[in-house]
Amino acid sequence: MEVLLGITGKDFVLTASDATTARGIVVQNRGEDKSRALNKHNIMLYSGEAGDTTQFAEYIQCNTQLYRIRNGLDLSTRAVSSYVRKELATSLRSRNPYTVNLLVGGVDPASGAPELYWLDYLSSCVKLDYAAHGYASYFCMSTMDRFWQPNLSLDEALELLRKCLAELKVRFIGNLPDFTVKVVDKDGIRVVQI
Amino acid sequence: METAARRSVFSILDAPARLSIHGANADSDGDAMLNAADLGLSSSAPLEFAHPTFAIPPIANPVEFLKHQTSIDAKNRIKIQHGTTTLAFKFNHGVIVAVDSRATGGSYIASQTVKKVIEINPYLLGTMAGGAADCSYWERELARRCRIHELNNKERISVAAASKLLSNMVYAYKGMGLSMGTMVTGWDKTGPQLYYVDSDGQRLKSDLFSVGSGSTYAYGVLDAGYKKDLTVEEAIDLARRAIFHATFRDAYSGGFVSVYHVKENGWEFINRLDVNDLYYQYAAEPKPKLL
Repeated sequence: MEVLLGITGKDFVLTASDATTARGIVVQNRGEDKSRALNKHNIMLYSGEAGDTTQFAEYIQCNTQLYRIRNGLDLSTRAVSSYVRKELATSLRSRNPYTVNLLVGGVDPASGAPELYWLDYLSSCVKLDYAAHGYASYFCMSTMDRFWQPNLSLDEALELLRKCLAELKVRFIGNLPDFTVKVVDKDGIRVVQI
Repeated sequence: METAARRSVFSILDAPARLSIHGANADSDGDAMLNAADLGLSSSAPLEFAHPTFAIPPIANPVEFLKHQTSIDAKNRIKIQHGTTTLAFKFNHGVIVAVDSRATGGSYIASQTVKKVIEINPYLLGTMAGGAADCSYWERELARRCRIHELNNKERISVAAASKLLSNMVYAYKGMGLSMGTMVTGWDKTGPQLYYVDSDGQRLKSDLFSVGSGSTYAYGVLDAGYKKDLTVEEAIDLARRAIFHATFRDAYSGGFVSVYHVKENGWEFINRLDVNDLYYQYAAEPKPKLL
């Protein structure tokens, strides 16, 4: 039932994740943030097996931050997605693979050019203009195919995201009342209200 | 030790998973396994303070290994104790923890007097749901690690850190059949704290949790009466009623309701009441008005 969404705009990436944690039929927490800031300009959203998700995300977060400390510069979105893909691919061939699906989004701090990568637990890694994980893809990909265009302004992207979430509310059986929405741009990562 | 320290400067941190299992024998294979020496934290710590480790059957699926003992049609089946109702919530005067006391093995009631609140130290409580042995073992190990933290750092461990220690310990054994759903609660520098940790490695922070087979029943009563500004007496009563109603509907919960209150200067045991007595006490009371 977990939903992850990502939309690239002119000089930002807009991300949304559902804020519900459920186990079986019971909702355990509303207001969960299913993302980790990897560095100032890169964010990673995660869904999948309980436990694996946060362990893997925090592991990646620690190593990207360690990279900055050791080398004095941050990994780019492309670099960090390659690193995550390699970690997932290694894990996939171990006895205990991580079952985690991810979206990695970020901007080039100099040019502001946005990048969004879609990764799954089988370590596929695709660069996309807009992406969805989980059931959301059945409901939202067509909406984004229809309305997404290059160089969206933040207001336009937010409107597109609203269209996607509205469709989920109407047609998706899973009741997801809250979403955590974030924007990554030159100034860093911030939460926005939708 | 020297080469290990130097190597770690160039390598990235290793994956967190399953480290504690292999930690003790990582030196022998000389692999890039991260251990305490790499971090330079406790290279002088005596070996007996290292993680306890368990032998793991060297097969793809350790749970399968015990199937001849745990499956329903096994002779001399080991029945793992399940079924519980536990709850905890934060409010303006701290945290209330309430649990039932029934232990079951399948349809057999093994005990009506189980202590399902584990007193980790005077400021930390843990609750027990799922496998009784797993919960009591890992929370005892958590208590030991919390004490060592206290001795090393000359201050008490935060609840956030304690719950993370627990989740990291059990995550190392993910997929090997551990079964526990626990709430770790206490009062630290940042005030009252409540975390949920389970054997999947899931760790959540929230104001209100209920865990166990009776949790849905407990949530029903709890969600209807919960608010932040309950008085201590109201909160204790709400928690006790929620557990009572769960024991009424859930065959795997019952016995006595134990209630604890976590306050600034540590936890306090409130009382332990028989659900049978509570039944007649509550039955004599008028039902609350709906409108």
